[in-house]
Amino acid sequence: MKTTTLALLTTAALALHASAASFDFKDPKGVNNVTFELDAPLESINGTANGVSGTVNFDPANVAATTGKIVVATDSLSVPNPVMKEHLVGEKWLNAKANPEISFEVKKVSDVETKDNVTEADLTGTFTLNGVSKEITVDAKFTYLPGKLADRTGGKMAGDLLVIRAEFDIKRSDYNIQPGQNEDKVANEIELKLAIAGAAPKS
Amino acid sequence: MRQLARILAALILAATLIAWVLLGAHWGWSQTRVTTMQTDPITEIQFPVYEDRFVPGVDFLGAGVVAALALFSISFLLPKTQSK
Repeated sequence: MKTTTLALLTTAALALHASAASFDFKDPKGVNNVTFELDAPLESINGTANGVSGTVNFDPANVAATTGKIVVATDSLSVPNPVMKEHLVGEKWLNAKANPEISFEVKKVSDVETKDNVTEADLTGTFTLNGVSKEITVDAKFTYLPGKLADRTGGKMAGDLLVIRAEFDIKRSDYNIQPGQNEDKVANEIELKLAIAGAAPKS
Repeated sequence: MRQLARILAALILAATLIAWVLLGAHWGWSQTRVTTMQTDPITEIQFPVYEDRFVPGVDFLGAGVVAALALFSISFLLPKTQSK
């Protein structure tokens, strides 16, 4: 009896684990992006970053169990002015050489609300920027697109897509990026918008 | 000579203004890369598309105005063209 129960529990656990798919966010199409906006009294700076990678383990039936890490390459940050870009990734600001990655690692998912294939949730995790890690909570929206990988790859690959959108604010002073300096030109508050799609191929 | 310098100053000012207006009349800093947003039809993600293009900003405008004013000021130091 004990053996049967154990076998059933093991099967159930394996089935539960199997339903969570690993979505790879490395995007050869260059669609995945993060936009950032700093609105200082004297200057507004808008930019984008598209060096996105990472994996997220997502089960549409159990979104609260979502785990994963999204990474953005620091040197993929882009602003329209070349001198500004040089300063942005330079030693005094983001120091891309010393800190080549900006990342967010999900630790906890809460306040999950799902309607059809769209889930809204609060993601709590570790955000790392300029070599400084802090725990933050962001509002995120997951859109699960089963079977849509084939449409994206022209039928070459079967599988699912997961789109994650999130908007949140951080303060550069919290991440030791020139705290208290030049705030009239470079705002302390940075508005970040993330829109990324990951693929889970199926054989 | 003086008149020539003043005409040149006027031309620099006019060329700067015309170039600035025709290339977008951008009030920020000059840009060498223009970003436009497109939408991915499958995921509906809006993503940036970059185009390497020069868009003169207020720094370009300022440099043109300063150059024209400098040349105009220098013109006072130059000899007047003698009428024959």
